[in-house]
Amino acid sequence: MLSPVILVPAILNGLLTGAVYGLVALGLTLIYGVLHIINFAHGALLTAAMFAAFFAHRLLALDPYLAAIVLTPLFFALGYCLQRFVIGPAAHGEDRNILLVTLGLAVVIENLLLYAFGADTRTLNLDYAFDIVDLGIAFLALPRVIGFGVVLVVALVLWLILSLTDTGKAIRAVAKEKLGAELSGIDVGHIYAVTFGLGTACLAIAACLLIPTYYVNPHVGNAFVLIAFTIVVLGGMGSVALVGGLFIGVVESLCGLYLGESLGQIGIFVMFILVLLFRPSGLFGERA
Amino acid sequence: MRGPSIAHIVLVIAVLATVPLLTASNAVLNFLIVALLIALVGQGWNVLGGYGGQYSFGHAAFFGTGAYVTAILQMRYGINAWPAFALGIASGALVGAAIGALTFRSGLKGSYFALVTLAFAEVLRILASVAPITGAGVGILITLDLRPQAFQFQSRAPFYWIVLALLAASLVIVRLIEQSRFGAWLVAVRENEDAAKAVGVDTVRVKLVAMTISAAITAAGGGFYVQYFLYIDSGIAYGPWISIEALLAPIVGGIGTVFGPLIGAVVVKTLGELTKLITGDAPGLDLVIYGGVLVLIVAFAPHGITSLLAALRIRFARLRPSASEGTHV
Amino acid sequence: MSEPVLRVERAYKRFGGLLAVDNVSLAVEAGRITALIGPNGAGKTTLFSIISGFLPASEGRVFHRGADITGMPPHLVARRGIVRTFQIVQPFAGLTVHENIAIGAHLSRRSRADALDAAAEVASTVGLGDLLGRPAASLTVAGRKRLEVARALAAEPKLLLLDEVLAGLNPAEVATMVPIIRGIADSGVTILMIEHVMQAVMSLAGHVFVLAEGRIIAEGAPQVVVDNPRVVEAYLGDGAAARLSAAGGAHV
Repeated sequence: MLSPVILVPAILNGLLTGAVYGLVALGLTLIYGVLHIINFAHGALLTAAMFAAFFAHRLLALDPYLAAIVLTPLFFALGYCLQRFVIGPAAHGEDRNILLVTLGLAVVIENLLLYAFGADTRTLNLDYAFDIVDLGIAFLALPRVIGFGVVLVVALVLWLILSLTDTGKAIRAVAKEKLGAELSGIDVGHIYAVTFGLGTACLAIAACLLIPTYYVNPHVGNAFVLIAFTIVVLGGMGSVALVGGLFIGVVESLCGLYLGESLGQIGIFVMFILVLLFRPSGLFGERA
Repeated sequence: MRGPSIAHIVLVIAVLATVPLLTASNAVLNFLIVALLIALVGQGWNVLGGYGGQYSFGHAAFFGTGAYVTAILQMRYGINAWPAFALGIASGALVGAAIGALTFRSGLKGSYFALVTLAFAEVLRILASVAPITGAGVGILITLDLRPQAFQFQSRAPFYWIVLALLAASLVIVRLIEQSRFGAWLVAVRENEDAAKAVGVDTVRVKLVAMTISAAITAAGGGFYVQYFLYIDSGIAYGPWISIEALLAPIVGGIGTVFGPLIGAVVVKTLGELTKLITGDAPGLDLVIYGGVLVLIVAFAPHGITSLLAALRIRFARLRPSASEGTHV
Repeated sequence: MSEPVLRVERAYKRFGGLLAVDNVSLAVEAGRITALIGPNGAGKTTLFSIISGFLPASEGRVFHRGADITGMPPHLVARRGIVRTFQIVQPFAGLTVHENIAIGAHLSRRSRADALDAAAEVASTVGLGDLLGRPAASLTVAGRKRLEVARALAAEPKLLLLDEVLAGLNPAEVATMVPIIRGIADSGVTILMIEHVMQAVMSLAGHVFVLAEGRIIAEGAPQVVVDNPRVVEAYLGDGAAARLSAAGGAHV
């Protein structure tokens, strides 16, 4: 059971899946790190993005990798508007309210998708979906290898944005010290919205990377986001979020190997619960 | 704490009890039974969330446990429905105590608490969807046996009165909590945990007790559900739908009040029915409306309908020379 | 010499690289008002949090009437009769003044009615009797400070830890609070107070500890401590004591 012939491909595939987990987590931790909220709507937004990518191909014959060029700014705008015009105003700044509003949004988005498209699971049948990259010790699906590469590029781009652009610096300022940033003239509401938009844009890219090899239904986003939540709780920010994603990808791959799909899912949840219960103390207080 | 007296509660229940005598319409009775059931489940959530300030997103864990235990004890162990129902409530309370012990001792609050309750409910749902004892994907059907001894009835009226009685009990429990030291401690924990600790409140224990009571009430709703509908599966028992409705009813009606969940349940269920009338029975649409209502309520009336009513009362009171009222708790 | 009500023995508190409390030992005698003063950031509130169980000490022990209460959870410390207030006031914002104080009273009273009655009494002793029905969130700063004291008082402490209850009050408000605090002490409650308002410290405290950079740098009667050059320097900087005495000996 532990032979390298089985293990190595499992680990490598875990890394490839894990890269996408990392991207989803990156979006979530960005929002968490700056707005200090746990975005319960992250999963539903990923699902929406996957549906968008799916229909971009079905209706417009847009290859997912091309669709990303259109969907990324679209979802950035969606995230911006959601934070600026819905979440921010509705919550009146109270943590308990933000919780409920993002939950409400999640319910609305997910069930709108259910109502509009039904509960059926769909997949795209792309020609290159089954192309293989032959590494000798393992065969890896081409789309997933591409996905891995894109995630690294996106992470780099995000890092550049945050370090070099004025907006990026403003984001970091608000994350560190909101009051001080406000007093320096930074429009915190705008920065919050930009950050939320960036987080949602990450989801659009992740969706386009997933759709060649993954199925889509109204609940698909939740599994990915749960992993992202686990990383947030573990305190992973930025590059740590990526590494966390890779790690969990490998763990999940191995669990799925030995436990089968459903129990593999339970494994993720149980790990999530354990992380929540035994997380390093002193890093997180009541504020999510 | 200001709130309705036991006499008020008795009055409201008495009025509601007359409904089956005034109408024989199955549609109306069915609607009301479901509404009262949601009110019951919502009242359970209200104890922990409204009074205790701990927002659970996974109350399905208790609803489903109450339902499954009631069904399993009858169908797999031949136990009579009534003791099965009681054991269902006890099991729900036990699950509540277990989850509470784990999470509160770890100091989980706010979003983290919401997350972990969600996770627990999901774990139970997945387990129930594959475990043989819960019927896995098929679920459990309770054999038709339309006798009161089997907690089944020929007509809907007895079901209505039973769920009404359960709701009445929950209203009284909440009122008693409001008037007790435990209730004062619970509200203190909601408002400011550190300040509560500084005057001797054992905040972990208070939350744990609240969670257990909350779980028991919600589990009663689950047990009743399975006796009324005679069928349960993992999606119904532990699905997000019930976790959402459990918190929506009290938030819409008036979080942290005795009648809030009842008012909220009626409003929410009416909205659901109206939606079905206008757009047909499409899956998911009712939850879209519920999610939208949640966002709107939080945005415009975070303390729910009862606080809007209280504000109106204050407006009218100001028109008269008598002193205005204080805020409601 | 009888056992002091409170004894802190060689307490240290580290936050990462920062040593907030550095080898602090002090004793508080029963029935007196003892003050803990020092410049901002000296570690006074941290010390309070350690004593009352909100923070674990990195090293050291805390004794209450001879019993070791180090590391005891805050609610148990409170049940032993040690009640603290918070530097940044922590009201139960959604509740009325009456309900706020009643929660304190519930420490020793089971019945709601008893707690509410006791709370009303405590409210009048601190001058909040007319505001019982008001939401706590609607009080002024001075009102909230009084509420903080009232709630702690209702819990019938034997040792009251007051954390800057006079901060942010104007001179008239301070003048109203000082006799209230003296009244509490006169009724037999031992008080340990962190305070910056020097006139209050001088008129209330029987004994003063001075904390600077986490260390006790002086202790004694208020008049003696205030003239101590090391204390002056802790507040005003190095060499200040010499400059002041050269300029004619002005007081802090």
